[in-house]
Parts: sequence; C-alpha cells; structure tokens
Amino acid sequence: MPSTPSSSTPAVEIRGLSKSFGPVRALDGLDLTVRPGEVAGFLGPNGAGKSTTIRILLGLLRADAGTARLFGGDVWRDAVALHRRLAYVPGDVSLWPNLTGGEAIDLLTRLRGGADKARTAELLERFELDPTKKARTYSKGNRQKVALVAALASRADLLVLDEPTSGLDPLMEAVFTEYVRQAKAEGVSVLLSSHILSEVEKVCDTVTIIRNGVAVESGTLDSLRHLTRSSVTAVVTGDPTAVASAEGVHDLVATPADGGTRLTFDVDDARIGAVLRLLGELEVHSLSAAPPSLEDLFMRHYGDVVEADAR
Amino acid sequence: MTADTLAGTGRLVRFMLRRDRVRLSVWIGSLLLLYVYFIVALGSLYRTQEERQTRAALMETPASVIMAGPGYGLDNYTTGAILANEMVLWMIAGLAIMSMSEVVRNTRAEEESGRAELVRAGAVGRHAPAVAALLTVVIANVVFALLSALLLILAGDLAVADSFAVAAGTSLSALVFAAVAVVACQVTEHSRGASGLGLAALGLAVLVRGIGDLQERHGSTLSWFSPIAWTQQMRSYVDLRTWPMALSVGAVVLLLVLGASLASRRDFGAGLTGVAPGRAEASPLLRSPLALAWRQQRTGLFWWFGGFSAMFVASGTYLGDGIEQTLETMAEQNPAVFEMFGTGDLADSFTAILLVFGGVFAAGYGVSAALRAKTEEAEGRTEVMLALPVSRTRWLAAQLTVAVLGATFLMMVGVAFALWRGAVTAGAEADLGHFLGAGAAYVPGLLVVLGLAAALYAWAPRATPVLWALIAFMGVSGMFGSLLDLPDAVLGISPFWWSGMVPLEKVEAAPLVVLSALAVALFAAAFAGFRRRDVPR
Repeated sequence: MPSTPSSSTPAVEIRGLSKSFGPVRALDGLDLTVRPGEVAGFLGPNGAGKSTTIRILLGLLRADAGTARLFGGDVWRDAVALHRRLAYVPGDVSLWPNLTGGEAIDLLTRLRGGADKARTAELLERFELDPTKKARTYSKGNRQKVALVAALASRADLLVLDEPTSGLDPLMEAVFTEYVRQAKAEGVSVLLSSHILSEVEKVCDTVTIIRNGVAVESGTLDSLRHLTRSSVTAVVTGDPTAVASAEGVHDLVATPADGGTRLTFDVDDARIGAVLRLLGELEVHSLSAAPPSLEDLFMRHYGDVVEADAR
Repeated sequence: MTADTLAGTGRLVRFMLRRDRVRLSVWIGSLLLLYVYFIVALGSLYRTQEERQTRAALMETPASVIMAGPGYGLDNYTTGAILANEMVLWMIAGLAIMSMSEVVRNTRAEEESGRAELVRAGAVGRHAPAVAALLTVVIANVVFALLSALLLILAGDLAVADSFAVAAGTSLSALVFAAVAVVACQVTEHSRGASGLGLAALGLAVLVRGIGDLQERHGSTLSWFSPIAWTQQMRSYVDLRTWPMALSVGAVVLLLVLGASLASRRDFGAGLTGVAPGRAEASPLLRSPLALAWRQQRTGLFWWFGGFSAMFVASGTYLGDGIEQTLETMAEQNPAVFEMFGTGDLADSFTAILLVFGGVFAAGYGVSAALRAKTEEAEGRTEVMLALPVSRTRWLAAQLTVAVLGATFLMMVGVAFALWRGAVTAGAEADLGHFLGAGAAYVPGLLVVLGLAAALYAWAPRATPVLWALIAFMGVSGMFGSLLDLPDAVLGISPFWWSGMVPLEKVEAAPLVVLSALAVALFAAAFAGFRRRDVPR
C-alpha cells in the first residue's frame, strides 16, 4: 500500500524518468509534478513521450531510470491500490466490439468500485451518447465519450487524460471542459495530456511542455507567459518610428486608420512598460493588448524544429 | 448496370490480386497439397481393388455419407471414384470459404473501414468494387480448376475428361458461394455479419446434401437443393454427366442479379438490415475480468462445441455394432491400415485415434482462446483493464481460465462424451466411464500445450505462431507416427505421445503426473513473465 498521503503529497511526482524502446529514447530524464487539486497540462507534439509517461504512471511500462509516484506510492509495485484512486482515458479508446457502450461503462465503473446511476445518466445525456449501440458500430468520437463517461462517473482523486478530446466535436469539447472544471472544484487532481493548446489553456493551472522526452518548460500559465510576448494593437496619431525601433518590439505593422495609424506588434513581456511609455507620447486613441496564447508559446519551443524540418 | 458504374474495375482487379497474392496462393496451394496428400495416401494404403472395396463398405455408414458424398461407384471403388465421392465436399468447402472471405474482405470490410470511401471518391463506378472482387475470385477459382485438373491427370493418373469436369464443377460450386457472399454484403452492414451469413449458407448446403444423401442412395430430391450436390452429382470417374454444372452457372447469375438490385437500393456504408440495439446497462454479472473474458469468448466456444459434437458423434457411429468386423476385414486385407491402427483391440485403437484427433482440435481451440490475450493487448483493451484496479495476474488468469476450461470441456464433452453418444446411437454397448476416462488421459497433454501458449505470450509474444506448427505436428504424428517410423525423440515433441494411445494402451500415472507438473510450471512461468514485462509490448 502507498504511504498515507498528507495533503501536500503530490498526486503525481516524476523525477528523472527515462525509458528506451530498443535504440529509441522515448523519455530522457523527465520531471513532472501535479499537486493535489491541480489541473496540470502536459503538452507536446506527437511522439514527444506523453503516452509513454502516462503508461509508466499507470504501471503498464517499466521505467529504465528515475522515479514515478502517484499519491506517494510506487506506480509499478502499488499499481492496483493506486488505480482505485484514479480514472484513465486513453487517447485512442478501443472497446470490446460485442459489448454495448452502456455495458462497457458499467464494467469499467464497477471494476473501479462503482458509480452512482444518476451521475452516469446525466453524463450520457450531456455527452449525447446512445448506450445501446454495440461498440463496434461507434465512431472514434463515440468511443472516446464512452471512456470519458466511465472516467467522470466514478469518483476518482486523480484523472489521467491522454488527449481525451480527440475525435470530439467542439460542442462536446465544451461539455468536457465544463466537467474538468467541476472536477477541479471538487478537489480532483487532473493530468491532461494534449497537443491542442486551447484545450489546455482553458482549464489548466500549470503546464509542462515536453519535447523529445524532456520537459523543456514547466510552471503556471502565468509564469510561462512572463517569458513571452504580448500582442498589442494601438491606434496613434504620432510618428511610430520610435516604437518600431524600440528594444523588445517585433513584427511591427503600421497601416493607415481613421484619425491616425494602426500599429500591431508583439512585445517581449519584460519590455512592455518601456514600450507603453513610448506609446503614451504618441497620442493613443485606442489600445488593446492580449496575453500570448499557448500557440505562441508552443511555436517558440517547436519553431526551430519546424525550421529544421523545412531545411 | 451501365459502363459508368463499372469504371475502374480492371484496375481494382489488379489491385486486389496484388494485395491478396500471398493469401490466395496459400489457399490454392494448401488445397492442391490436400489433393496430392490424398492421392499419395490412397496409393500407399489401398494398393488393390480388394482393399479399396473395404473402404467402400465403410462409406455406406451414415457418418461417411454425411462427411463424404452420395456414393457413386461404390460397387467398383476406383481411385477416381474415391476422390469424387470423398474429396469434392471438402474441396468445395475450402474454395467456398476462400472465395467468400475474399469477396467480403474486398467489399464490405473495405466499406466498413472507410478505405472504400477513398477508392469510390476516385473515378470508380458504383458496382466496380463488387464486380472486381468477384472477378478476382473467378480468376483464383479458374487457376485452381486448371491446376487441380492437371494434378489429377498427371499425379493421379486419372481420366482427362472427368478430371477437368470435376475440377470445373468444384470451382463453379465454390463460385455459387462467392455470389452468396456478394448478396450477404448488401444485406448486412458489417463484414462479420456478411461472413457469418456466407458460412451459414455453406453449413446449410453441407447439411442439406448430407440429409438428402442419407434419405436415398445417390441422393434424393433434397440433395439437389445444395450447390455442393451439383458437382457431386456429376458422377465423375463413374458415369460422367456435365449438365449439373449448368445449375451452378444459373445460380451464380441469379444471385448476381439479386445482388446488383439490392446494391442499387442501399446507401454507401449502409446495409438493408441495421444492427439491433443492445442493452443500455450491463448484466449484474459483468463485473470482473473473468466475466468479461467469458462474455468475449462464449459465442466462439459455443460454435466450436457444436462443430465438435457433430463431428465426434458422427465419428462415434463408426464404433457401433458390426464395426469391429468391418475394421477387422479391412485390417486383414490391408496391412498398412492395420499398422496405423496398431495391434490389440480394434475398436479401442480406433477410439484412440479419434481421441488424439479430438485432443489436437481441442488444443487448437485452447491456443486460439489463450491467444485472444494477444489480440486484446494489441488492440489496446488490456491497457484499459490494467489501468483499473485489476492486477496483471487477475487479468491473465481470466483469459487463461476461459481457454483452459473451454479446451477441457471440448475434450471431455465435445470429444469423449460425443464419441460415446455416437457409439451408443449406432447400437454399441459402450461404457461412458471408459470413454470419459480415456478422454481425461489427454487433458494433461492439452494443458501442457496451453501452458506453453501462455508462457510464450508472456515472454515472447512474437513467437506464438510456433504453437500452430506444434499442433500440426501433433496431428500428423498422432495419426501417422507409427506409419512414418519416426524416432521417439521426435515423437516426444507431442505431449500426447507421453501419455500414450489411450484407451488402446493402458493409462499410466507417471507420465500424466510429469505432464501435469510441466503444465503447472509453464503457467507459473507465464504469470511471472507477464508480471514483469511492458504492456503493450
């Protein structure tokens, strides 16, 4: 059994995790922590090592080096006891072809210790899933819904979600987001792996970005944004040359607009104060500044890969 | 059907032939080998006409009628007559299964997987995939007909006209089933359903012909309702008539017209019948890995049991009243047969051979059931289970329990009990305990095979195909081991060799204990291995 967790024991704690498949190094010293009640985003492109990490956490794969603990317990040795406290949704759900969706949900929740019927019914309705269809006739999105309903219906302390919305339409994604927020409100910890940035941005408190098996960035969304740029749009009447040449300003575009010039540019967040002072001298008519999206963050981390590929 | 709806057919035929070149070659090659084997075996076991007449006597029994043919030429049972009477049924069945699976695979299965959507989006007509699949099957069947005719003429030294006729008839009968598959693919939405319908049609055809031929020597009116009879009734090598082949041609045309009219009536991807909805909630019993494994495998086991029962009850009738004499005459006149059956009580040696066969089939079931674990893992469902509070031991034990209990059940009930039932039906005074006791002697050997399957799955999942080689060897060595004069070291590869040819040989405790211990060790190794390896691997 895992040691009795205190309130500060992380739900997920990974240190220096490594795993190779033959010559391929899937994980190379990964660190990742999910504190209790936290929704942690786990971002990376396909093949970065997200699913391998999750499979190690679930005690399916054995790590070559490093430690992985759930609620303080050893993920390999204490797998069964730990699994009583978590629910897992794989990225590509495969169901038993001759079972109906409803049967699969019942089986999964019963093995996890049971779920209350009313909640299951509510989830079925919200996700618009017909539980009487045989699994072999479900589309990918519907199989995904089966796994989501089964995971959300059982009361788990930790949700491990591996690209859980793949195949879902935007409406269903919104329902999913709502349930993750609800889970968070109930104090459930969530590890949400994804390559869809907006999904992570909507619900996550912290983000770990993984690339080639290593965490290249991790922290709260706010702290990560601090490293990055904001997009600014302003309409001014003065001469914008000073802004264009200011340190930290990138990709400035000036176009004529009603009563002056419309400027759009990106600015390093560390330099934003200085740039605002410069703008103030130009008679600002309107100003909007948007925090960087994760898309931007992501492109920065993988941008060089894209360029390298293009070459 | 205009030319437009057939656009791209030629290209598709080439694609299908290329895609399935190995598959079709293996099917055709195996069926040809079966002919070769049969010709060689007949030549060495039945050297004189007298010896062949003893076989003809055996062909009068009901079980033989069902498993062979209408019995033309029994009065003068030449090699050709034997082939036409006994082999045609199996050749048609083999070719029919090949043809139906080829049709389903290239039409409905493609539609289901969504690949056909890509193809149909190109310059390909509505009927082109179905027509191309059928043409592919026609080509395969023509190739088989030509090669088998040449084989019969050259290796079997048989009449030219009859050889070509029986080969053509066989292929045409198989094509009737291919056309049935075309229709089935229009009716159901899923490839499994279409395959099931096709196989059911084949099973019905076998049954109808069997019952018809039992009613009357050389077949009653009922027989003529089966496409299989249309080749058997050609009386090849006895008194050839070719017109029954026309029935096959007519049936193919009718079925294709039906298929085409159904096809233009349905939407792409849809069938004429939908899939019935199932239960919204699981039964209260479905709450463990074992219940799930049983649920996954019970239908398969049911069909295996049905097949086993039919086969071994029928075989058991050989053990009925008067069979002793037939076997004795046979053995007296034919030393080779005598050697195959061994010395001692003939009924017992025949029982032993049937039990070995039953054991090999039960092992085949058991291995395929145990290897379901591999499929579950490959499809990602094992992962889903192991992410629940389900230990690896519990999950693997569930899979293996179904395999072990299923195989044991088939051996004891589907083989031993069924043989007893057949013998009693045929009027023998058989003792049930004798049969069950003999059957039980094969269970430890069976468990060794299953233990090996489990251990290989746990330690070296890629090596599992080796199990099928082992099972094939067990069949061949059990049947012909003494005939082939193989050394004990080789015969000993088969676990059944260690327990002996029960009930011909007396049951000995020591080998059974050793086999059981080996099985336990193999299962223990399987659990130890599965606990430490990566899933999926």
